[in-house]
Amino acid sequence: MFKKTVVTAMAVAVAFGATACGSSDSGSGGSGGGGEDGSITMGFSQVGAESGWRTANTQSIQDSAEEAGIELQFSDAQGEQENQISAIRSFIQQRVDVIAFSPVVETGWDSVLLEAQRAGIPVILTDRSVDSEDDSLYETFLGSDFVEEGKKAGEWAVENWGSQPTYVAELQGTTGAAPALDRQEGFADAIEGTDNIQVVASQSGDFTRAGGREVMEAMLNSNPQINAVYAHNDDMALGAIEAIEAAGKVPGKDIQIISVDAVRDGMQALADGKINFIVECNPLLGGQLMDLAEKVVAGEDVPKRVVTEETTFTQEQAIEALPNRQY
Amino acid sequence: MPETPTEPRTRRRLDMSSPVVWAASALLVLLVFNAVVNPGFFALRIQDGHLFGSPVDVLKNVAPTLLIAVGMTLVIATRGIDLSVGAVLAISGAVSFTIIDGSSDPTSPATAAVAIGTALAVGLVLGAWNGFLVSVVGIQPIIATLVLMTAGRGLAMLVTDGQIITAENPAFDWLGGGFVLGLPAQVVLTLLVLLVVAALTRRTALGTLIEAVGTNPEAARLAGVRSRSITWTVYVFVAFTAAVAGLMTNANVSAADANRAGLFIELDAILAVVIGGTSLAGGRYSLTGTVLGALILQTLTTTTLTMGVPDEYVRLFKAVVIIAVFLLQAPRIRAALGRRRRSARTSTSPAVPVPAVEGDDVRPLTPASSAEPADATAAEPTTTDQGALR
Repeated sequence: MFKKTVVTAMAVAVAFGATACGSSDSGSGGSGGGGEDGSITMGFSQVGAESGWRTANTQSIQDSAEEAGIELQFSDAQGEQENQISAIRSFIQQRVDVIAFSPVVETGWDSVLLEAQRAGIPVILTDRSVDSEDDSLYETFLGSDFVEEGKKAGEWAVENWGSQPTYVAELQGTTGAAPALDRQEGFADAIEGTDNIQVVASQSGDFTRAGGREVMEAMLNSNPQINAVYAHNDDMALGAIEAIEAAGKVPGKDIQIISVDAVRDGMQALADGKINFIVECNPLLGGQLMDLAEKVVAGEDVPKRVVTEETTFTQEQAIEALPNRQY
Repeated sequence: MPETPTEPRTRRRLDMSSPVVWAASALLVLLVFNAVVNPGFFALRIQDGHLFGSPVDVLKNVAPTLLIAVGMTLVIATRGIDLSVGAVLAISGAVSFTIIDGSSDPTSPATAAVAIGTALAVGLVLGAWNGFLVSVVGIQPIIATLVLMTAGRGLAMLVTDGQIITAENPAFDWLGGGFVLGLPAQVVLTLLVLLVVAALTRRTALGTLIEAVGTNPEAARLAGVRSRSITWTVYVFVAFTAAVAGLMTNANVSAADANRAGLFIELDAILAVVIGGTSLAGGRYSLTGTVLGALILQTLTTTTLTMGVPDEYVRLFKAVVIIAVFLLQAPRIRAALGRRRRSARTSTSPAVPVPAVEGDDVRPLTPASSAEPADATAAEPTTTDQGALR
């Protein structure tokens, strides 16, 4: 009862958001589900609205659904797996045509995915994957390659920090979440063998600004030699910047920062010289998601893994790209 | 009443096991642990004329929770509870940032004043709503405030359009990152509120009246205490503290995050109050205990962060503390402990008056509180009404 109220409240709130500003084009979408008998209904369970990235992602999915003529049942899990499982169950009961969701954590999905499979409803994973033995439980996984993102961050670190002793503070995402695990792994792989770069502290800032700030404060006190930060998302990097400035140091100079995501506030900080390098994690996957949904519902074969297109930004590139950013 | 008038007095003298003493020793243990494990923990340095170091971080980060916990203490003392403070915090942050972001002059102090004023006013209105539901309509506090707890975040999301709103306003940011005499502004503000509340409730009869309402509302009303307005006032006050905390936490990161700001802070605040020895059954309360409780929780978090212990252990430890506290409050365990203590002391009192033991021990005995008539009625309502609260 209580949870339902929350979900409804969130849905209302997000719906308002969608009507307030709806100008993102988000690519293809195109053909618009005209061929089938009646329109497609998609149940989508979002992780939450924990960061600017996530809200851009939500926006893209809602806009693209409208463009493609797909009816979207949107539910916000507020970062809780429990909420997400109950949302997926309710989608199954409503007999939607296709279910898409971004898993809050990697594990514990087998039973609910099996329920969807038994009901004959195809499932598409977006943005984050699940850790399951049986990959027939979902049709396809559309999203970024987080390990690759971590690698890109690590490679830049090796190139730019490798020549002098660098003590890195790593701000991890939510414990157990795929992007946190993979970005950590990719980074660690890339810096392996470079003796000058050492990760001296690594803690979860929960992907939020407040988390990034509090963790950074504690790290600066316990490891005064820290001169670099690797943040798993922009929001934590922005929180860390506040902590670094409060401690009387200059972010981007005394303490260099690498971050992942490239949301507007992060790009602004990059352009202002407070962040040194950002690996993009593109949230605008709505168009690709709707294309895949139409194919899956029509019974066409789709690849098991579809990677979103992504790039990286230096400070100069950020200044150039900033005026055209949608999010 | 199974107890003789002399009994409370004998126990008061032996009150080394009062929850406040227990909380203080727990905090002490934590600090000593830190001194051993993190040698740099107590290192303070001056940076740009401000104090820096882990102790300052603890004080700064505890400020929002402590502020709310102070308000929550009074609510709990009236036998109530407020679950909506996290939502009120989020709304306060959302309202203030939306105003600053949408203003024609986002960096002026006047804009900050309007934003702060509006956010606090909204907080007061929300508190009045809670107070109305509890004191006038007579809905059970846990249900009445659950309404706003669930709907509140939705409201905050409506205000921000579901986005994280960022805005820079120097005057407003002072609330989160400013300094007074080398100390973070958040700490000073919280201390100020704490002192005002302590003075108002402990130097006047207000504290005793609040305790009387919590101990036995009906008896208090018959004795001429205006229970309804007192109850109403404490809900307005706790919402006010939540609104101020909302300004602080959001100014701290220069962004309003309607979805995550102050998430579960109501539980931390309640936990701080309970660790401090104020019984959820109402009546006697201890502000000192609440301060200690909040400090324990934050020191715990900062300690684990400084040591590099993963986040999930912080939660585990909090869970262990909650369970320990609740076990200590459980009538049977207290009775068993009381029995053992008594037999060890070569029994001065007769048999075992179980209700008397818990009725008295559950409450912290603060020196400032007078021996009010509430004491005589204390034991009985505590035991009978605990069931109603759960």
